[in-house]
Amino acid sequence: MRKSRDGLVGFLFVLPSIILVGIFVYWFIFKNVSTSFDRVTTRATKRVLHDGGVSNYSQLLGSPDYQHALFNLLVLTVVFVAGTMLFGLLWAILLEKGVTAEGVFRSIYLLPMAISFIAAGIVWRWLLAPGKGDQASGLNQLLAMLGLERFQSGWWQSPNSFSMAAMAIPAIWQLSGYVMALFLAGFRGISEDQREAARIDGASEWKIYRHVLFPQLSPIALSALIIIGHMSMKMFDLIYAIAGQNSYKASVPSTMMWTQLFQQGDPTAAAVNATILLVLVALIVIPYLMYTNKTEKGMRG
Amino acid sequence: MRSRNVASAAIAGLVAVALAACGSNTQTGDTGNANAPTTPLQTTSGGAGGDVGVFTWWAAGSEKAGLDALVKLFNEKYPNDKFVNLAVAGGAGSNAKAKLASDLQNNQPPDSFQGHAGAELLDYIDKGQIEPVNDVIKALGGESVFPKDLLDRLTVEGNIYSVPSNIHRANVVWANAAVLKKAGINEVPKDLKAWMADMDKVKASGVSTPLSVSGTWTQVQLLENVLIADLGVDGYSGLFDGKTKWDSDQVKQAVGDYKKLLSYANTASDGDDWPVATDMVIDGKAAYNVMGDWAVAEFNDKGKKQGQDWTWFPTPGTDGVFDFLADSFTLPKGAKNPGGTKDWLMLIGSAEGQKAFNLAKGSIPARTDVPASDFPAYQQDAMKAFKDNKIVSSIAHGAAVSLAWNADISTAVSKFYASKDENQLVSDLAAAAKKNLG
Repeated sequence: MRKSRDGLVGFLFVLPSIILVGIFVYWFIFKNVSTSFDRVTTRATKRVLHDGGVSNYSQLLGSPDYQHALFNLLVLTVVFVAGTMLFGLLWAILLEKGVTAEGVFRSIYLLPMAISFIAAGIVWRWLLAPGKGDQASGLNQLLAMLGLERFQSGWWQSPNSFSMAAMAIPAIWQLSGYVMALFLAGFRGISEDQREAARIDGASEWKIYRHVLFPQLSPIALSALIIIGHMSMKMFDLIYAIAGQNSYKASVPSTMMWTQLFQQGDPTAAAVNATILLVLVALIVIPYLMYTNKTEKGMRG
Repeated sequence: MRSRNVASAAIAGLVAVALAACGSNTQTGDTGNANAPTTPLQTTSGGAGGDVGVFTWWAAGSEKAGLDALVKLFNEKYPNDKFVNLAVAGGAGSNAKAKLASDLQNNQPPDSFQGHAGAELLDYIDKGQIEPVNDVIKALGGESVFPKDLLDRLTVEGNIYSVPSNIHRANVVWANAAVLKKAGINEVPKDLKAWMADMDKVKASGVSTPLSVSGTWTQVQLLENVLIADLGVDGYSGLFDGKTKWDSDQVKQAVGDYKKLLSYANTASDGDDWPVATDMVIDGKAAYNVMGDWAVAEFNDKGKKQGQDWTWFPTPGTDGVFDFLADSFTLPKGAKNPGGTKDWLMLIGSAEGQKAFNLAKGSIPARTDVPASDFPAYQQDAMKAFKDNKIVSSIAHGAAVSLAWNADISTAVSKFYASKDENQLVSDLAAAAKKNLG
């Protein structure tokens, strides 16, 4: 009796957020998906823009421009995730070793995260300017001053088909500090006793990291991977600020969505695009949620 | 047990919410833009009263100065109305247009918004988002004060949907006088070939990038200039009604010329705005820049004098052609204060308003009865050219093509900038035309 009343009170407490999430997340997802199956004809000339149904998806997935954008997204995500994990872990290890003025370094590494992607993007647009030789500015000019002219590059505009990797540079710069903070918290959570014990057993520093510390960081590494990975897939503001609106070299599904909706006036194509992006992110996030759910249940016993 | 109860209750709640949302099905309005009867304009002296929210992308530089001049005049003439500035910053209005699209979609239109006159307004007309303003145009004087050419381009199925405020020219080359002198160039080149020969001279004189380009839309504008030069007025205008094929030999020739021109230019970033390129001419890092005549303001801002520091000429091969774009103002459907909107439109269209605005912005009036003598040297020439030349519509600035088509052309041009693949550009342009013309 008592128990069911508790349940009712609890339910009433969560009801407002269930309603809000229901409308603003799940109802809109449903609207979006249903829009993506629309059949569209132009008003004046009665031309069919979209046949409706599943063929809307094959239409977009079949277009070379969209495939190019998906490939760009893959390159960006791989480089971005690998870069932030590498730098994040490196900085965390350095700080964890106990440098003097650790707080200062921690702030320096974390600070870029406080800057909005748009503001950072404006600066990086200039830093990643593609001019070389006597037109060089930004990073290319810096390379020239260091006598490293042969490393000058068109960055994300270079003809190389993996050029999108350069777009990951500002993203790595911005989010490595965040990953560092996650790892640092993880290191601090491991008691000093374990290292002591390992040292007494004659383990080298490398072995301590490899066999004692890193295994305990793997849940944190996984969280960082998921967070950075899904941020990369949704990334729009940074790319838009650096490359402008109709840049082909820098197009990813999210910037294409903007063009489809606001320039081409084609909400159906944008909805198809959004649904594909949602599925891609879900493919990463849902297994992770299932895994954490399982481990949490396991911990509860 | 308990958790299952909660879950089923949650699902029930969700279903209820979904049903409620279904119930409030909104009716999509029909466009109903059949020929509206031209009723005489009703105005109150001193203005209709209330707020008049005007949406523009004039938030900085000479554009803001122009808007400020208009607002000053508006407050004097219509003391009952209160001007509300809804400007959204961003070059060529791209950010503003996105904001406007969502406002219109949500039925929250401003009282008037800025739009490039011509094909770009078709999107709004087709969606039934703006109303005809035939009465305003008639009250302003119609064909007796606006060029017939211009009104024809604004008329859609017998209705005019916007009041033009100013005209810009997009086929102008801006040149650094000192750089030309050093290269030994004294004459204006007659065609593209002669122009490129001059660029070789500039290169030989030590300036490695004779031509300056900037982000994607400035490249579209350069391509459009080359198309006018190679196709001529009729051929170029035919691109937009299907009379000229986008994969014809002339277009291929133009794309070839465009590629050659780019080989004389700097390496630009897709996201750069136009002043980056114009400043290269001002600083002597480049000899030429193809840009609309809003560039005059940039030269003035940097304290450069016409004739002495810089010169201009129509893009070689387009002499006698005026590649036009115009800003204009509209009456959105469902505007909260249509009386105030009409006050604003009457001011925009008046000779007094056009003079104040264009003097500050550096463009020329759309009206032909504003005396040229009050304007600086460049504008006087432009006003004369606007009267005498053949007029064609600009692609990059929404006069010739809709926003959707413009986006497709821009993506194709951006792709070409990376690949330099001529056949790909021609086939992309042809595909864009097919998609948008049908």
